[in-house]
Amino acid sequence: MQDLQSILDGAVSALSSIDNPALLEEVKARYLGKSGLLTERLKALGKLSPEARPAAGAEINRVKLAVEAALQARRDHIAAQQLERQLSAQALDVTLPGRGAGNGGLHPVTRTLARIREVFHSLGFDVADGPEIETDAYNFTALNIPENHPARAMHDTFYLDATHVLRTHTSPMQVRYLESRKPPVKVIVPGRVYRCDSDMTHTPMFHQVEGLWVDEAVTFSGLKGVLIDFMRRFFEQDQLKARFRPSFFPFTEPSAEMDIGCVICEGQGCRVCSHTGWLEVLGCGMVHPNVFAPLGIDSERHVGFAFGMGVERLAMLRYGVNDLRLFFDNDLRFLEQFR
Amino acid sequence: MKFSESWLRTWVNPALDRTAVAHALTMAGLEVEALEPVAPAFDRVVVGEVKTVEKHPQADRLKLLTVDVGQGVPLQIVCGAGNVTLGMKAPCALVGAKLPGGLEIRAAKVRGIPSFGMMCSETELGLSESSEGLLVLAPEAPPGQDIRQWLDLDDHLFTLKLTPNRADCLSIQGVARELAAITRMPFTPLPVTPATPVGPTQRKVAVQDEAACPRYLGRSLRLAHPQTPTPEWMVRRLERSGLRSKGVVVDVTNYVLLELGQPLHAFDEDRLAGGLSVRWAHPGESLTLLNEQKITLEPDMLVIADQSGAIALAGIMGGQSTAVTPQSAQVFLEGAFFSPEAIAGRARRLTLSSDSAYRFERGVDFAATRQALERATTLLLELCGGEADAVVEVAGKLPERRPVLVRPDRVRRVLGLDLSGQAMAELLGLLGLTLKPHADGLEVVPPSHRFDLAIEADFIEEIARLHGYDQIPAVPPPGHLVMLPSPEATRSELDLSWQMVHRDYQEVVTYSFVDAADEAALAAHPSDVALLNPIASQMSVMRSTLAVGLINALQSNLSRKQERVRIFELGRCFSRSGTSFDQHKRLGGLVYGARHSEQWGQPAEPSDFFDLKRDVEALFAGISPVFAPARHPALHPGRSAEVLLDGAVVGWLGELHPRVSAQYAFPKAPLLFELALEPLLARPIPRYRETSRFQPIRRDLAVLVEASAPAAALLEALQAARAPGVSEVALFDLYQGQGVPEGKKSLAFRIVMHDTERTLTEAEIESSVAVLLDVLQSRFNAALR
Repeated sequence: MQDLQSILDGAVSALSSIDNPALLEEVKARYLGKSGLLTERLKALGKLSPEARPAAGAEINRVKLAVEAALQARRDHIAAQQLERQLSAQALDVTLPGRGAGNGGLHPVTRTLARIREVFHSLGFDVADGPEIETDAYNFTALNIPENHPARAMHDTFYLDATHVLRTHTSPMQVRYLESRKPPVKVIVPGRVYRCDSDMTHTPMFHQVEGLWVDEAVTFSGLKGVLIDFMRRFFEQDQLKARFRPSFFPFTEPSAEMDIGCVICEGQGCRVCSHTGWLEVLGCGMVHPNVFAPLGIDSERHVGFAFGMGVERLAMLRYGVNDLRLFFDNDLRFLEQFR
Repeated sequence: MKFSESWLRTWVNPALDRTAVAHALTMAGLEVEALEPVAPAFDRVVVGEVKTVEKHPQADRLKLLTVDVGQGVPLQIVCGAGNVTLGMKAPCALVGAKLPGGLEIRAAKVRGIPSFGMMCSETELGLSESSEGLLVLAPEAPPGQDIRQWLDLDDHLFTLKLTPNRADCLSIQGVARELAAITRMPFTPLPVTPATPVGPTQRKVAVQDEAACPRYLGRSLRLAHPQTPTPEWMVRRLERSGLRSKGVVVDVTNYVLLELGQPLHAFDEDRLAGGLSVRWAHPGESLTLLNEQKITLEPDMLVIADQSGAIALAGIMGGQSTAVTPQSAQVFLEGAFFSPEAIAGRARRLTLSSDSAYRFERGVDFAATRQALERATTLLLELCGGEADAVVEVAGKLPERRPVLVRPDRVRRVLGLDLSGQAMAELLGLLGLTLKPHADGLEVVPPSHRFDLAIEADFIEEIARLHGYDQIPAVPPPGHLVMLPSPEATRSELDLSWQMVHRDYQEVVTYSFVDAADEAALAAHPSDVALLNPIASQMSVMRSTLAVGLINALQSNLSRKQERVRIFELGRCFSRSGTSFDQHKRLGGLVYGARHSEQWGQPAEPSDFFDLKRDVEALFAGISPVFAPARHPALHPGRSAEVLLDGAVVGWLGELHPRVSAQYAFPKAPLLFELALEPLLARPIPRYRETSRFQPIRRDLAVLVEASAPAAALLEALQAARAPGVSEVALFDLYQGQGVPEGKKSLAFRIVMHDTERTLTEAEIESSVAVLLDVLQSRFNAALR
């Protein structure tokens, strides 16, 4: 008679090559079925002496359990193999592009405006908005630019009628904003402005951001500090050089023009900075007492500074755009580069 | 303002090279826009004197010259220029010379004859774009002298971009005075010795409005040689400032204009009739100017008139009828101070530009009129010989220069600069100002040549400027740490734009002024806001709708072979509103082409009205607008809707009318929407409502109704019925086709029921469904499917 260990070895060996559930059941029947090898051995126990029975029985049971475990292990193995086959049949080409709706993008001017707003917001500046059709009074007179002032010739103005113009700058909002608020104020005013001028470097419409800070401790030194900080944050260049030159705006005194070190050539001289190493980026100054007086603001108590910057200019420098007119051509091949 | 470096250095000559001078001027507010050499680089070109001229034996057009170049033995040179004459002086490039453009002069044979140099024209020396023949030099030019030295060609040109407040620097004297101040150099005004008059000036002068012309000076001159050529040095300075020589009398007045900044005018005395008057023009009066432009004068234009009428536009331009000619031996020389208010704006109105008007409208030194007149007189008499009569003067009330109090504390406070009162006084002293101590600081009297110094702030700028803007520390001001309001019930325009971006729209920025024809084609109420001075006819009216810009952007992108365009713009639209203007911001979008970009596994379906509507619905966060069929002249009448909020129209959407689409030659009609911006920025703050712990129950209700019945009406009725337990009613299917009779449609609604307290009973559910079905049956004649 075959010994139990060889039965077990035979079962394990038989199972190891089986990949088919039906064959597995056959093996099970051969060992554990009604007349299976182990079943027969259990039946034969009765023929043993009562003393020998418990030990022999325990030995058969051990082998039976081992065969059952081997069966289960093989069953699991076959199931796992089957699942694996099934899943691999379901495999996708994960390198195919994703599907569905895409994204659009913001216009580079909007993107630049958002950046400017964010930097000034971090310093607590409010954001205001104003009309683009402006009265002559707000656009000029309230800003200390009377009729026939030569400074009016600096603004090539679009007229709508005798008293209305398309605003030539965002500065009228200095006055409008202060009409409804008392100092201290800190505000920027982004928006469209218009000048009757069109060539390589001028478009008849462009964007400006006006800034105004009125408080008791505002100084020209503070103006320099804020604007230098702004340019360094905007261009993300902590060592960016800056300089201020005397200039003239009827609504500020003293007035200044701010230059920054060329961000294209880093001051080495290039076409963009006309080989000067400097880029003119904004006009600024201390609010003129003639602007404050009609607003009932006491120049002795409050000092203000104001500045105005061209958004397209900053966008061109930031993103390396070399032609201003691209901003208004609305060529999707251009716009999509700013996603 | 353009001038030559060498002229400036005759006035003030700091120990700085020209780049440093330019930098100093720029940093003091006189921006140097250009600094360029007078002539390009070349060498070994000298003054040559033509000693002999013979015909070239082998060539008709060439000449054989011997030229004295100061070397003892004259050079033999072959020359083709037409204007060669015996004894003339002209530039001669010696063997070895390198000319602009790279030409190198070598000893060579020209048609068999050896030539040892080249006679030069202006063009060959790079002094002008074109020229005829050799550059003729003055007879006194010494043969052999380097031409760069003789013609001062190592000189450089400064071009200043002056701001309107600095009219005092519109002269070489003014720039010199400024340069002296900023480089701490002494400045000496030009000494002018008055001419000795031979008698009184006979001509009478009357001034009508002394406020407009507070000072008028004139004198008669009789020139012995009025046709004397203007000396080369003067022509050169004029040319280097951009003025051409026009005869000695005009040249002298122009020269004094450049030198001292005082416009002068010379009349041909023989052509004057009677006394002169300075008066406002008569209505309808006309005048032909020096530039031959005939103008009709307006009553706010100041003229110089004689008995015949207006003969000059005062301070702006002289008249043709009394202009000096090379024959004018009798000259009436005018020097006046016209107030800026009397001149400003007139030239621009007449589209004239003149050096005189440019200066008068910005302010001319009213204390220097006589000095300038005497300077011109002296020069004319020196150059032409002759005699001058005494100056006739009409003087009124000149501008006042009131003392201004400058308080050091205030200066320090505005600038944020720690500077002593003494240092401030020293800086102001550099400008030659009259300073007087005052209990609170300094009393400063602005000089007559400055029209931009009237209040303390003006002097604060001067102090800052002379100290150096760059020497003022940059320190951000201290501020009050107050948090900004952060309203949650509104969102920013940027947030809205981002939402559009995430819905696959690309932002565009189009011009606010558009073509009236586009407005007519696309706007419901075409623009009534026109520009008086448009830059181009296709930019002549302010847009009333964003559709114009979007349609134009579509058109240009289609022409660049784009097949799918999804764009939006956020901006103002304009219309008249009484005497004022409505200029609210709007959001507009345009969709053209396939719903999705071309990709695998997605059928290329065209976008339709409902895709657009979904985008529009999504923009109203937490608010449900009503969409009602509406007609818009530019939209497909069956595929357009108004958007309403609380009964008010806030926008529209739809497909472009096929007729309009054909007009723009679009292969397919684009879809467009436009909405008022304001409601889109509203975002109601959420309020918590209790959610049910119990399972929701869903019942579907499918009914047949008339095909024309608007779905929204059924939905609205179902929601309004407020059937007990019903928490949601939604449309989930629309079907027409097999099984549905002609003229009918099948609509299927999802009814979701809930109770927060308990589970609904079957009877309650059935009862609510019955209520809803009854609404559909009774109101819409619906049949249950």
